[in-house]
Amino acid sequence: MKEWMGKIRTLSLFSLMVLLLSACGKENLTTFIPKGYGAEESLNVITISTIVMTAVFIVVMVIFIYVVWKFRQKKGEENVIPKQVEGNKTLEIVWTVIPILLLIIIAVPTILVTYDLADQSEIDDSITINVTGKQFWWHFEYANEEIQTSQDLYIPVGEKIYLKMLSSDVIHSFWVPALSGKMDVNPDNENTMYIQAHEEGVYWGKCAEFCGDSHSLMDFKIIAVSKEEYAQWVEDLQNVTADVQPETTTAQEGQAIFEQSCIGCHAIDNTPSAGPNLSNFGDRTTIAGVLEHNEEELVEWIMDPNSKKPGNGMLGAPYLQNKGEITQDDAEKIAEYLMQLKPSEITPNSAQ
Amino acid sequence: MSTMVATNKRSFGSTLWDYLTTVDHKKIAIMYLIAGGFFFIVGGLEALAIRWQLVKPMNDFVSAGLYNELITMHGTTMIFLAAMPLIFAFMNAVVPLQIGARDVAFPFLNSLGFWLFLFGGILLNVGWITGGAADAGWTAYAPLSIISPGEGVDYYVLGLQISGAGTLIGGINFLVTIVNMRAPGMTYMRMPLFTWTAFVASALILFAFPALTVGLFLMMFDRLFGSGFFDPNMGGNAVIWQHLFWIFGHPEVYILALPAFGIFSEIISTFSKKRLFGYSAMVFATVLIGFLGFMVWAHHMFTVGMGPAANSIFAVATMAIAIPTGIKIFNWLFTLWGGNITINTAMLYSLGFIPTFTMGGMTGVMVAAASADYQYHDSYFVVAHFHYVIVGGVVFALFAATHYWWPKMFGKILNETLGKITFWLFFIGFHMTFFIQHFLGLMGMPRRYWVYLEDQNLDLGNAISTVGAFLMGLGTIVLLYNVVITSVKGEKVGPDPWDARTLEWAIPSPPPFYNFKQLPLIRGLDPLWIEKTEGRSGMTPAEPIGDIHMPNNSILPFVMSLGFFIAGFGFIYQKYDAIWLSLIFIGMGIALGAMLTRSIKDDLGYHIHKEDLEKEAKE
Repeated sequence: MKEWMGKIRTLSLFSLMVLLLSACGKENLTTFIPKGYGAEESLNVITISTIVMTAVFIVVMVIFIYVVWKFRQKKGEENVIPKQVEGNKTLEIVWTVIPILLLIIIAVPTILVTYDLADQSEIDDSITINVTGKQFWWHFEYANEEIQTSQDLYIPVGEKIYLKMLSSDVIHSFWVPALSGKMDVNPDNENTMYIQAHEEGVYWGKCAEFCGDSHSLMDFKIIAVSKEEYAQWVEDLQNVTADVQPETTTAQEGQAIFEQSCIGCHAIDNTPSAGPNLSNFGDRTTIAGVLEHNEEELVEWIMDPNSKKPGNGMLGAPYLQNKGEITQDDAEKIAEYLMQLKPSEITPNSAQ
Repeated sequence: MSTMVATNKRSFGSTLWDYLTTVDHKKIAIMYLIAGGFFFIVGGLEALAIRWQLVKPMNDFVSAGLYNELITMHGTTMIFLAAMPLIFAFMNAVVPLQIGARDVAFPFLNSLGFWLFLFGGILLNVGWITGGAADAGWTAYAPLSIISPGEGVDYYVLGLQISGAGTLIGGINFLVTIVNMRAPGMTYMRMPLFTWTAFVASALILFAFPALTVGLFLMMFDRLFGSGFFDPNMGGNAVIWQHLFWIFGHPEVYILALPAFGIFSEIISTFSKKRLFGYSAMVFATVLIGFLGFMVWAHHMFTVGMGPAANSIFAVATMAIAIPTGIKIFNWLFTLWGGNITINTAMLYSLGFIPTFTMGGMTGVMVAAASADYQYHDSYFVVAHFHYVIVGGVVFALFAATHYWWPKMFGKILNETLGKITFWLFFIGFHMTFFIQHFLGLMGMPRRYWVYLEDQNLDLGNAISTVGAFLMGLGTIVLLYNVVITSVKGEKVGPDPWDARTLEWAIPSPPPFYNFKQLPLIRGLDPLWIEKTEGRSGMTPAEPIGDIHMPNNSILPFVMSLGFFIAGFGFIYQKYDAIWLSLIFIGMGIALGAMLTRSIKDDLGYHIHKEDLEKEAKE
């Protein structure tokens, strides 16, 4: 009997935990469970201001409920004329001065954190990544390491990583809620921010500035791995070349088609490209930022990218203009080729 | 000659002509009410489509392109074509009566302002039927708005330009009216708070709208004539648009919110049967909010990359606005304190407003904290915040004003039971829709997302939000039914059905077209209340009965606006083919011709003769 009660208790405790956690949102996405420096600092300011403002709200509500309950018209008092009061100097001063004090309580940490998050004193000794926002994907260039990658950004845990961000078309905004607040990615001036992950993990990134049809599908990931793993990953990616022969024959055929139809925009080594860099495509967390990472989805994406991500940049690709240049069969070969591009042992699975 | 004819039984044609040509502020108010109400329903239907798309993850109710048009047009319609004109409806209906004036200072311009707004509003929506409305967000950030294909954003630019001119004209008109046309004894510090807020809001219009005008012109050149003001590739600067837009856009919030505060001040004071607590502090707070409203625009741009110094300054300036707003909240609470509170529909909205708007203000201070805003910005938290302010503040005020001033405008009281049903549906629906969105935002849901992915714990919140939105829709349907049923079956009421305090309740409902037979003598704040407490039934006249000078009706404002409307199409389509330039010439020709006619043709108005007024009094 007791055991049974205990089980119920554990179960209800467990389900309460699940409910609470789900109420906070998805881990590694929600701002309520910060996993990085910026998100933590912002959450502190959010918490302070919420507490102060909730206190104000409670005061207002107490007075409000009291007056409505106490002074609402009662039966037989329809014609009672209340005393006509002009105002009260003391009260006016009280509700002017107290809010000023409360605002100072919020303003001080606000300003301290604002300066802290804009700090760039360590930029010269830190990993610096050039981030480019494009409709509707993200490109990352590790300038010093000479690595190009897209969509999945690998960083070492516990270090300040500086991001220099510029857009090549419209305004985007770089937001990894669990790691840090957002910063706009403008076409006219470079913005710099830093991120610092406290734990290893795969973090959701979102575009937060309205940028067109597939604004809601412009997701990316930050993959925070240990420092050793990161060093390994950098070395592996630096050694990527375009002319590696795949093992299977289908993949080799895929490579041939890829080199004919796709290489104009995509790169599979560390050269700059108009479209996303695909050198570690086989290790990507998703296809195009939002689709499940499997060959079936990839084939569908190649054949009809507009249905997956309306208005995306691939719609102008020559193979989509000349119907039949790439058949379903070809797409399957390309998919097999791309899926075996795994230049590094370090993958999203390493981030735990 | 006199034109005092009983106007009850007239043909539809002559009624229509009367409204097309009218310069009477009361009729213009009714037109603003109808047009604003129509656009409110359009914007509401767009909102319901948005919420239905978001009812479940990866929904495909509308396409991405259509969704972007819906969000853009929902925002633009609600702000410019619903909230603004509805505020103008009540300013027109009430302000001249509250200050004891026979009309606004420039009745002709008043009519012009309305027709410009209406034709601009129609032009904005033409995109729906010509292959796509504006789709770059109601803020139309460059360069997205510059590269948006089709004519949608062109309609946005031209439509807003025309209706914005109407608003600017309206604002100037009310400034001059309030400065010049107050009845004898109506000093500034005896003006009712609604008039005060209308006054400050008009000043804000005067200073804020030119920034929008400039921005829209630059955008028009960029889109239609190949300039590059906002195009970084041509040496332009995209961020400048954001500054121009928000230098207008932030005061715009107060242009809407201040008159809303005025409406609540009138209603709370009337139904508590008490003088407004701390009247002079309320006036001071109104002016201060208006002033500070111009100092804070960049808090919409904390993530743009302005640097920590600018962000901190704008954060603190923004927080400062909470102080005068707090003063207002407490003054309302203490107006209620010790009162004899009647809770009817108008009062329900006012009471519902206090906690709702306080929450909007709370989150306002929270988003003002720049370093916290990095998380809130462009997420559903911000969507929740501004709906708490604009629906909880402005829409509640408009609904309250509808119930409060309906008898003055139409001579009948809206059905109270239906009114209360609307309130509860709308109030509960509102909080259901938007409260949860604070959390959705912080859980990682950015704003303007056409779809959200599965398995991100956003499903439940969005589903609840959608249900709430439909409750609000239901409430609005009940309100419409209420308006119809009251018009058909409602009973006529006298001049002062609420036992109210201000001047508009001293004259018949609806008022005669000349408002006041004799201008009243104002002896203090709440002039009618003063007379009533001294045992008189109405105002003491400040002048003997005499001839009343009235303006003539004119079709010219309608013609002028039509001309600009036609020219708008020419400006847009000339980008495809120069033949369309002809429309610019035709349209501008009509508009300028109408202006010329107005300028060279003397229009001195007419007089209602003393004898007619006396004869009418005997009947």
